[in-house]
Amino acid sequence: MKYAGHVGELLDSAGAEIGDVIEIRRGKEVRSGILMPHHDFSAPSVITLKLTTGYNIGVLVDQETEVKLVLKREAKAQKKQALPRDPAKKDIAVISTGGTIASYVDYRTGAVHPAISAEELVFSVPELLDLANVRAKVLYSILSENMKVSHWQSLARAVAEELNSGAVGVIIPHGTDTMGFTSAALAFMLRNLTGPVVCVGAQRSSDRPSSDAIMNLLSATRLSIDSDLGEVVVLMHGDTSDTHTLVHRGTKVRKMHSSRRDAFKSINIDPIARIEGPKMTFLTEYTRRSKGSVQLKDRIDGRASMLHFYPGFEAEHFDLIATKVRGIVIAGTGLGHVSEEIVGSIRRAVKDGVHIYITTQCLHGAVNLNVYSTGRDMITAGAVTLGDMLPETAYVKLMWAMGQAEAPEEVRKIMLTNIAGEFAERRLV
Amino acid sequence: MDYKSLGLKVGIEIHQQLNTGKLFCGCSCELSDVHHKELTRRLRPTQSEMGEIDRAALEESERKMHFRYQTVPHSCLVEADEEPPHDANRRAIEAALEMSMLLGMTPVDEVHFMRKIVIDGSNTSGFQRTALISMGGRVEVEGKTIGVTTLCLEEDAARKIAEHGSEVTYRLDRLGIPLVEIATEPEISSPEEVRLVAERLGSLLRATKKVRRGIGTIREDINISVSGGARVEIKGAQDLRLLHLYVAEEVKRQLALLDVKKTLRDRGAGRLSSEAKDVSGIFRGTRCKVIKGALDAKGVVLAIRLPKFARVLGPTETGVKRLGPEMASHARVAGVKGLFHSDELPGYGVTVAEVEDLRAVLLVEPEDAFFLIADEEEKARAAIVRAVDRLNVAIEGVPEETRDPLPDGQTVYSRPLPGKERMYPETDVRPILVDETLIESIRLNLPELPEQKISRLVKHFGISKDQAESLIKSGYEDEFELLASSFGSAQVVARIYLNTYPELEKLGLTPSELSLETMKEVMALLKNGAFAKEAIPKILASVLENGHTVARAAETVGAEPIGMDSVRELCDRIVREKEKLVRERGEASIGPLMGLVMKELRGKVDGKVLSEILRERIRQLMS
Repeated sequence: MKYAGHVGELLDSAGAEIGDVIEIRRGKEVRSGILMPHHDFSAPSVITLKLTTGYNIGVLVDQETEVKLVLKREAKAQKKQALPRDPAKKDIAVISTGGTIASYVDYRTGAVHPAISAEELVFSVPELLDLANVRAKVLYSILSENMKVSHWQSLARAVAEELNSGAVGVIIPHGTDTMGFTSAALAFMLRNLTGPVVCVGAQRSSDRPSSDAIMNLLSATRLSIDSDLGEVVVLMHGDTSDTHTLVHRGTKVRKMHSSRRDAFKSINIDPIARIEGPKMTFLTEYTRRSKGSVQLKDRIDGRASMLHFYPGFEAEHFDLIATKVRGIVIAGTGLGHVSEEIVGSIRRAVKDGVHIYITTQCLHGAVNLNVYSTGRDMITAGAVTLGDMLPETAYVKLMWAMGQAEAPEEVRKIMLTNIAGEFAERRLV
Repeated sequence: MDYKSLGLKVGIEIHQQLNTGKLFCGCSCELSDVHHKELTRRLRPTQSEMGEIDRAALEESERKMHFRYQTVPHSCLVEADEEPPHDANRRAIEAALEMSMLLGMTPVDEVHFMRKIVIDGSNTSGFQRTALISMGGRVEVEGKTIGVTTLCLEEDAARKIAEHGSEVTYRLDRLGIPLVEIATEPEISSPEEVRLVAERLGSLLRATKKVRRGIGTIREDINISVSGGARVEIKGAQDLRLLHLYVAEEVKRQLALLDVKKTLRDRGAGRLSSEAKDVSGIFRGTRCKVIKGALDAKGVVLAIRLPKFARVLGPTETGVKRLGPEMASHARVAGVKGLFHSDELPGYGVTVAEVEDLRAVLLVEPEDAFFLIADEEEKARAAIVRAVDRLNVAIEGVPEETRDPLPDGQTVYSRPLPGKERMYPETDVRPILVDETLIESIRLNLPELPEQKISRLVKHFGISKDQAESLIKSGYEDEFELLASSFGSAQVVARIYLNTYPELEKLGLTPSELSLETMKEVMALLKNGAFAKEAIPKILASVLENGHTVARAAETVGAEPIGMDSVRELCDRIVREKEKLVRERGEASIGPLMGLVMKELRGKVDGKVLSEILRERIRQLMS
C-alpha cells in the first residue's frame, strides 16, 4: 500500500501523503488529483491519482517527473458515535474479529480498512438497533486465515463474559475462510450456553450495495433475541438469492464454495433452522438455552496436525510431522483409508505416543475401517475412527481434548464422546 | 431558432458496445431469449466515509425495489455477483486504446478500474465497473473542432425485462458487455451539429471493426443547457436520428420553463407548502374513472391550492409542455399513477360542478392553480410533497436533472443528476500498464479512416462519392463492402441500403433488424436469377412483416422466376399489339412498351434483360 523506491522518495521530498492533493509534472504533461495508496499490483514506478471526476489513473514517474504538494488532506475529526440503549429491548453482544463482513473502504483514498469499529459496523446496519440493544466490541481485526488457537481462547472467554453478564445472545462477525474452525472450537470450549453464539460472515463486503452482510446480521439478531437456542452456530445465506438464511451447527458446518453467498453447508445433518425475514423455522433437534451460568473450558493444546492423504504421500513426510506433534487427524480416502506405507507410519507414531484419528476427505458419510484389509490394518496399527465427524472439527476437537486430558485413554474417551453434536449416529437417506 | 444567441451548449456521451467478449468474465456478448433460472436480490445504498449517501442512490432506494435476475444458458457466477471479476479483457482494453488514437487522445499510463455506485438493480453488484482510458482528444465535423474530454471503458448493465410495482426483472445477458464511453466537451452549438458529431464518432468506432452492431448496441447521453437554464442530461437515446430532435425539444422546454419562472416572479409567487386537503367528499358520485377507482379501493382524493400558479401548468399556445408533466413525473416517484391539475380541468370525467366545488373548498383565486391526487392516503401525501417540491423549484428556474428519451423526441424526468461522490476503486481487478510497446503496436495497426474508406469504395466498387459517403453515414458501409465483394452488383447493394431501407422505414418497418445472413441470402438468390432486383423491396418487407425466410418471401410476393420463353412470348405479343406505334416511332417506342411489359413482369425479370428483348423484337419488326 505504500510507495517505495524512487516514487516514495519523490513523494516524501514533496511532503505528500496519502489523501493530499498533488500535482505531477512530466515535461508538458501535468496531472493533479488526490494521492491514492499504491495498489499491490500497480507498477512500482506508477503513482495513483484520483481526479476530480472521481476516476483513478496511474501516472508513470521517471527521472524528470516533478511532484508538488497542492493541498494537505484535512484532518477529519473522528466522531465516536455512542450506541443508544432502550431498556425495553434485549441486549445482544457483537464481538467483531475482522474479515469481509467487517471490511470498509475509505471513499477518499480508496483504501480498504481491514476492520472498522464494532460501532461503525452496527451503524452500517441501523436496523439492528430497532431489534435490540447492541454491546459492540472489536476483539481483533484479522483476516480469518491468520486465526490461531490462542484467538479461539480469548474469543471464548469474551463470549462467556457477555452471556454471563446479561446478553441474550452473542454475534461474532468473522472472516468466512476459517469460520467453521472457530465455530467448532467455541462449541467445545463453551458449555451450558444461555443463548445462541452466532458466527456470521459475508461473502460480499458490507461496503457494497449487494453485500450479504446486512441480511446475515439481521437474521443473527433475530435468532439471538427470538429463539430458545443454546448452541454455537454459523449463520449465512441459504441460497444465492437474498431469500433466506440458514443456521448451521458449529461442529457440522463447512465452507463448500470459494465465493458464493450460500457457501456454508451443514454436512451429514440438516441445518438447525431457516430464517426468512422475521419467520424462523427449526428443522432439527437442538439444544435449548440453559439457565446458566456458561462454563468455560478453554484449555487447548495446539500441538496437532491435519493431514490430507493422497496417492504418493511419502511416509517420510508423515514421520517427520509425527515427531513434531502430539496428535494427527488424517483425512483419508473413501471410508478413511491410507496407503500401506502410511499404515507403517501410523504404527510407528502410535508407538511413540502420538494420537492418530481418522476422518474421511469425502466429508459426506462416515469412516469405516472394517470393510477393507487396509482399514483393518490401520485399526491394528492404532488409528481411531471418528465416524462422520468433519476433518476440521476433528482437528479442533483433538487439540481441545489434549488440553482437557493428559492420558491417551482419557483423550480417546473425550474424542469418542459426542460433546457438541459433532457426531451424528445415523445419516438419513 | 437562433441557437447561438440562446447560448446553447451541448455535449454528448456515446456508449458503444464492443464485440470482444465480456469485460470481466469469459462469457460471450450475445443476447439470449432463453432464460434458465432466476435469482432475487436486494440492494441498499452504502454510506461513504463522510457519511454522505449519493443523491441519486438515495432516491432509488426510496423506491424500495427488489430485483429478479434471469440467467441465460451462458450466464456465469461473475455476472451473478457470486465470483470476483476476472482480469480485465485485454482485447477490450486494446480496442479502447485504438479508439483513443483515432480521436487523438492521450492514454493514461496505467488503467485503474473503479466502482461507480448504481443501485437501480441494473448491476448485480450495485456498482458499474468503469475505467478512464484516455483524455484530451478532438473530433472534426465540417471544419469545426469539438473537444473530446474522456474515453472510458465500462461494463454494460443488465437488460431490463419487466417492472411490476416495486419489483424489476433484469436479464444477465447484457451485463458485463464492454462499453466504450466517449464524452465530448460542451462545445456543440446546434441540433444539427449533434447529429454530425454522433455520426462521425460512430463511423470512427465502426472503423475499428471491434464494435457490436444492431439496435441497442450504441446509446447516447446528451447534456444540454441554454443561458439561464440548467444542465440536463438526456440518458440512453438509441435512435441516433432523433438526437437533433431531443436537443431542439429540450431547448424549447427550457425556454418555456424560463418563461414560467418570469411569470411566477412577476406575480410574486412564494414558496408553496405541501399541506393538502382531503376533498374525497366532492367526488362521492364522480364519473371520473381514475378517481372513482381510487375511492373504491379505499383511497382518498387530496387537493392542494397553488397560489399564483394559474396557467403555467398546461402547455403553451404552441404546445410546449410546462410544469404539469414535470410535477406528475415527480409525483410518480412516490408510487402514484399521476395527478390532475387545474389547467386541464374540467376534463378526464371531472365535471365543471366538481371543479367549482374544488375551487370553493380550496379558496382558489383567479391567479391560483390547484392539483389533486387520488390514491392510498400515504402514497398520495408523499406524492404531493414531491410534486410541490418540483413546483417550488420552478420559481428558481430550470432544475438540473436526468431525463429519459421518448420515441417522439420528447423526454420525461427520471432522476436528479448523480452526485460526484460515488466512485471507489475496484480492488479486485489488477491495474493495467499502458506502456510504449503496447501503444506503438496499436499505432502501427490503426484501421482505415472513414475518409480513406470513401475513396476506396468509390475506386473499388464504382459507386459515386455521394453514395460512399451516405453509406458511411448510414452505418452500413461494412455490410455493403462484404456483400458487394462476395456477390458483385455493387449498385444493387448500395441502393438497398440507401434507398430501400429508408423506404421500408417509411412503411413503419425496421430494416435494421434484417441480419447480414438475410442480406447474403437475398444477394445469393438474386445472383442465381431466382428473382429480379426489382423484387427486393417487396421481399425485404415480407421478411420483416411475416418473419419469412428470403425464399419463402420471394414466393409470397410472387417473385418466383418466370421462364424466358414466356417472357419472349409476352414481348412478341406486346410488340404485335402496338405494331402501329412501333412503326411510327421506331426504337423510341421502347419506352412506352417497357411500361406495358413491366406492368406484367415487375419483380420477376430484370428490366435490363427485358429492354434487350424488346429492342431486338422492335428491330426485327422494322427490318
